Amino acid sequence: MWPLIKILPVQTHFRFVHWARLAGFLSIVAVIGSLFFTIWPATPPCGGLTCGIDFKGGTVLEFATAPKPVNLGAARQALSAQRLGDVQLQAFATAEDPGARFHAMTRFQTPAGSNPAVTVQQVKAALTGIHGPTTTFSRTEVVGPKVSGELFRNGLMALGLAILLMLIYIWFRFELQFGFGAVAALFHDVILTFGLIAVTRMEFSLTTIAAILTIIGYSMNDTVVVFDRLRENLRKYKKMPLREVIDLSINETLSRTIITGLTAILALGGLAIFGGEALFGFSLIMMFGIALGTYSSIYVAAPIILLWGVKRGEEEAVPLKPATSTR
Amino acid sequence: MLNLSRWKVILVIASVIFGILFTLPNLLPAGTRAQLPGWFPKQTLNLGLDLQGGSYLLLEVDTAELRKDKQVALIEDVRKTLREDQIEFADLGAVGGDVTVRVIDPAEVDTAYTALSRLSNRMASGAADMTVTRTPDQRLRLAFVEQALREQEAGAVDQSIEIIRRRIDELGTKEPSITRQGANRVVVQAPGESDPERLKNVIGQTAKLTFQMVDDSVTPQELAAGRIPPGSEVLPSTDGYSPAYLVKRRALVTGEMLTDARQSNDPQTSAPVVNFRFNSQGARRFGEATTQNIGKRFAIVLDEKIISAPVIQSAIVGGNGQISGNFTIESANDLAVLLRAGALPARLTVEEQRTVGAELGADAVKAGMTSTIVGFVSILLFMILAYGLLFGGFSVIALLINGLLIIAVMSVTQATLTLPGIAGLILTLAVAVDANVLIYERMRDEVRAGRTVISAMEAGFSRAMSTIIDANVTTILAALIMFQFGSGPVRGFAWTLSIGVITSVFSAVLITQVLLALWFRSRRPKTLPIA
Repeated sequence: MWPLIKILPVQTHFRFVHWARLAGFLSIVAVIGSLFFTIWPATPPCGGLTCGIDFKGGTVLEFATAPKPVNLGAARQALSAQRLGDVQLQAFATAEDPGARFHAMTRFQTPAGSNPAVTVQQVKAALTGIHGPTTTFSRTEVVGPKVSGELFRNGLMALGLAILLMLIYIWFRFELQFGFGAVAALFHDVILTFGLIAVTRMEFSLTTIAAILTIIGYSMNDTVVVFDRLRENLRKYKKMPLREVIDLSINETLSRTIITGLTAILALGGLAIFGGEALFGFSLIMMFGIALGTYSSIYVAAPIILLWGVKRGEEEAVPLKPATSTR
Repeated sequence: MLNLSRWKVILVIASVIFGILFTLPNLLPAGTRAQLPGWFPKQTLNLGLDLQGGSYLLLEVDTAELRKDKQVALIEDVRKTLREDQIEFADLGAVGGDVTVRVIDPAEVDTAYTALSRLSNRMASGAADMTVTRTPDQRLRLAFVEQALREQEAGAVDQSIEIIRRRIDELGTKEPSITRQGANRVVVQAPGESDPERLKNVIGQTAKLTFQMVDDSVTPQELAAGRIPPGSEVLPSTDGYSPAYLVKRRALVTGEMLTDARQSNDPQTSAPVVNFRFNSQGARRFGEATTQNIGKRFAIVLDEKIISAPVIQSAIVGGNGQISGNFTIESANDLAVLLRAGALPARLTVEEQRTVGAELGADAVKAGMTSTIVGFVSILLFMILAYGLLFGGFSVIALLINGLLIIAVMSVTQATLTLPGIAGLILTLAVAVDANVLIYERMRDEVRAGRTVISAMEAGFSRAMSTIIDANVTTILAALIMFQFGSGPVRGFAWTLSIGVITSVFSAVLITQVLLALWFRSRRPKTLPIA
């Protein structure tokens, strides 16, 4: 039975469209739920998402204190003496220090009016004072209020622009209703990914935006493959009902969808396991997005075309079920 | 499609040679690399600061302050000019960004207008940098032309970059990159172990140095009662003797008159000091001032703070001097660096700082390598399992060449590889496989539709092509947007993704094509092994 590709049936006849109503219902519920958790509680600027310092400003410090162990109590006192907001302090484990005795990280907000870059110098001096001159700071990230606002605006703008460009590209390469189908699928994927980030309390940062943009690219990629086949089959089988053409196209591209999805998830799985903490969230979001992108090409993008109808050869565009009966 | 034209074969061979040649330096130890012949490429992957460790600083030049300074200076100029011309005036002050003044005698408005018009300078374009307009009630309004202000701000940013560069070079930071961003920002990237806080101190200080006389015309009691003589000011002091001194506003000598400054040790106390030398103008002025004021104190002021306030023991005429204060060797050295490099034209604030220790960066590289290899090998295994040794093998070869090409292109273009960039790299490999899968699946479809092997292969390629292009253009679009709006690591990710998409399409389409054509020619198969 090798190569494995031979195990896949030559031709599948799943009736995808048959389940489109149910899938549509589930999708709408998931989208509403995700929107709710993304926005609620509406704390600026990130709403329900756990805002990283990229977008709300602030400071993250990681430090190592070996040979002295971390003195969390004294460090906490030193931090509170600095008039900082939202102070978090915790020890963390590394490969060489599994007991989390010598490594700690802190994040805090600098009060308005004082320069965070200057404050971080004082905090470092205070921590070095407690733990001795061997204290090293392995990571320092300071994002001032001006920059965080810009990063946030730019991030959202990038997402919006990406979706708009995709719409234009698909419109240009296919027909407008294909574009709407693809963009609906994109919104679906992006909103659900936001929902995941909100529910899992993952940090929302610049890297997250990069992950979401990549998901947009992948989701489009997947939708385009299905649409391409759909367009071809629409020309080939002029008399076949739209519903059946859609089923046929999805079935024909199914083996590709599965193989590509699997390779992507395999590759990202390696990243999630071996890539360390920094890439764990990133690869998890992307895996989720790839699964979503596959689902949405089948159950969001295609059914929208079914609802809207397409122009086929000489015929007029005839929607299967017109949304309104008056024309 | 399957006709093996010569250019296709040449292109494939050339790309393989290119890939191997430019990837090789990354695998060789630095010592071997240095011994390679001159024609051999030596560039290696350019690791981002998150991988090699180092500091990223985003600085903003305070242009608002610059505008305000200019306005204050203009008010003083107006006052001086009108006084010199003996024109009586009132209500001199700032209104918004402009300066207005009311001339008391209506007959003198014209004279005042002409006099004040002479205050404007020419811009690079030849136009005046300031306009003077008459308003009712005998008022004159002086406004800077917006373009002139912008030119001046741009000049200040350029000058700041130059001074930052000098300061960092003096510190001995290796390969710093200092670039302008937007209208008034400067990005400093310093790889390596350097202490970011010291870097920030050295970059961020304005370093405006002045020597001012200490004003002892009032007693400390009078001073405490708030009697500050006109022309004097109270400045805080760090000399360890007094928390503040009353000093005359007028500077005897300024930092621009220095020609050199070096850290040294005081011969008597062996405490760290800074030795400096004046230019001829500075030496003359300092000589005169010290001759006239023996026995009095003067203050050495850096950025509105007094470093020390020594008593003048004797006239200092040689042009050499020494600053002693509360210094460590490092802080004395930093001050010498600042004085040599010159003062910044405007205040700089650090708006963003990202520092990663070299050790943490090395850990990230290790994790990135492991996960790339694991991801890569699992994709290779999966392809062989899915499509068999032959067709799976073809895509494995294409994928390997693709990997070489990505590393080669990234080394040649010196694109920055960041940690998210590694993730982009892995995803790219998966997308590269997609092109192969699309082609193979299309071939299977065509065989199923009853075509012969050769025509199924032909059709598989030509039909899959448009899908492959469409699908990859979308990824490139997403990457372009990231490049436009992203910063730092995200840009690195976008770059890696774009390079990867282009090399993948190239290798998946062209290399697979040549391999399939070679196979078909030698074997003349009757069936496809994947169908």
